[in-house]
Amino acid sequence: MDDELAISVRGLRKAYGDTVAVAGVDLDVHRGEVFALLGPNGAGKTTTVEILEGYRRRDAGEVRVLGADPAHPDPAWRSRVGIVLQGTGEFDELTVAEVVRHFAGFYPDSDDPDKVVERVGLGAKARARTHTLSGGQKRRLDVALGIVGRPELLFLDEPTTGFDPEARREFWELIRDLSAAGTTIVLTTHYLDEAEALADRVGVIAAGRLVEVAPPTRLGNRQEALATVSWRTPDGTPETAETATPTALVAELAARFGGEVPGLTVTRPTLEDVYLRMIGH
Amino acid sequence: MTTTTKPAAPVAAAPGRRPGGAALALRQGRLEITQFLRSRESVVFTMGFPVIMILIFAAIFSDEIAPGVSYTQYFITGMIATGLMTVSFQNLGIWIPIERDRGVLKRYRGTPMPKWVWFAGKVLMVVAIGIAETVLLLAVSVALFDLKLPDTAAKWATFGWVAVLGVTACTLCGIAISSLARTARSGSAVVTPVALVLQFISGVFFVFTSLPSWMQQVAALFPLKWMCQGLRSVFLPDSFGAQEPGGSFELGRVALVLGLWCVIGLVLCLTTFRWTTKRDG
Repeated sequence: MDDELAISVRGLRKAYGDTVAVAGVDLDVHRGEVFALLGPNGAGKTTTVEILEGYRRRDAGEVRVLGADPAHPDPAWRSRVGIVLQGTGEFDELTVAEVVRHFAGFYPDSDDPDKVVERVGLGAKARARTHTLSGGQKRRLDVALGIVGRPELLFLDEPTTGFDPEARREFWELIRDLSAAGTTIVLTTHYLDEAEALADRVGVIAAGRLVEVAPPTRLGNRQEALATVSWRTPDGTPETAETATPTALVAELAARFGGEVPGLTVTRPTLEDVYLRMIGH
Repeated sequence: MTTTTKPAAPVAAAPGRRPGGAALALRQGRLEITQFLRSRESVVFTMGFPVIMILIFAAIFSDEIAPGVSYTQYFITGMIATGLMTVSFQNLGIWIPIERDRGVLKRYRGTPMPKWVWFAGKVLMVVAIGIAETVLLLAVSVALFDLKLPDTAAKWATFGWVAVLGVTACTLCGIAISSLARTARSGSAVVTPVALVLQFISGVFFVFTSLPSWMQQVAALFPLKWMCQGLRSVFLPDSFGAQEPGGSFELGRVALVLGLWCVIGLVLCLTTFRWTTKRDG
């Protein structure tokens, strides 16, 4: 077992009846890494993550998470893994502080519950019953319960669904803090900007297969992709050219126009362009 | 494939003092009791129901069932048994599906909490609420209807073991039947008719021997009839034993049937209990 690997997966398969959810996934996540699993609904993200979390049994494949097989989770292993599920389990009758304190008690080396409540931005709501929280606030409580045990490895399944833009930025800061402190993070998301902002590497999953794994800037060979240069001719007709040497083209255009090039833009495929192509759109 | 490798997570700072099992169970029990007491519906319908019923019964049947023995003295046994069944069987059979549907159980499964601690928490809640509710019922009956409490240590001991065996059987059956409900809402639809029919045929609302004999025989298959019968031996004069279907209070058989239901309930729990809903794998 390679100690540098937090997660190692080979040939993972899972079917529900005739529906194949995961069709042979190989994946390594290194310790200390932030890994984002990106894919459309029904691509197999949640199934894959829930197998890694020890919630679901696999049909085939080798899986090691923190050196153990998650199909047989024991309390010692569980205390090293933090989980933020997609669906929220609600404790309507309890306050935020009570729930976080209670869950802290399950872990041998838990963080200070009050500090965790502050950290996820629920300080002002600590004494509120959880049923009075908004959707985004409930999600923050989920995150608090995922991190209160000070996990080595943290799973987050679509953590920022229901967040407003400001809350998402705050959440991203929290993830960067945890990562800087050495926590390995695996998150699934629909949001490309989230993957781009947080992840060291992104795995794109479609129809139960990992289509590509790469740092966000290199996904789909984005950096090597041809650049698109657009401008307007003197009579106003839009003109575009795809080129591997956009700088040379722009220099040539500048010379041709004797100064400013009207309507000049230089673009490369966005992560979204690359992603949509990969998942078959 | 390039990876940014960050400093690995500090491997669990202080080797954890994992909280002891008994302490965890007590905390879990306290949390369950808090949740119960803060839920107004639970308090009113679970704790208040037997008291309301005895008030109604005492108002309807104000005369004596035999010289010196009031109807209240007879019906209190059914009300105690019903109360114990409500707090264990109905309470768990209705609430566990709700918690399962909301993902509360799934969330607990993702923590290092040993599975049995969750069950222990439920049992502590049932025991605490059961005692409180029975004491309340007895206090109201003594204060308002001159109920005669058992006058020998032997009768109190019988009261004790009948209650413990009965609650154990009903708790296990409540946990077991909770897995029949597919959604949060259907728990009540599954459990309430079962409880209501048992109450009618087991001598809670009518004098048991006045029921048709086939009904008595059906009732004899289930725990509630035997709980009522055991309690009648506690609250009624010994001479009443002769009027029981078996010619005596048959305490040996009471223990046997309730014990058998404990075994059946336990086997059903162990074989059928689900932490997640069906659609959730």
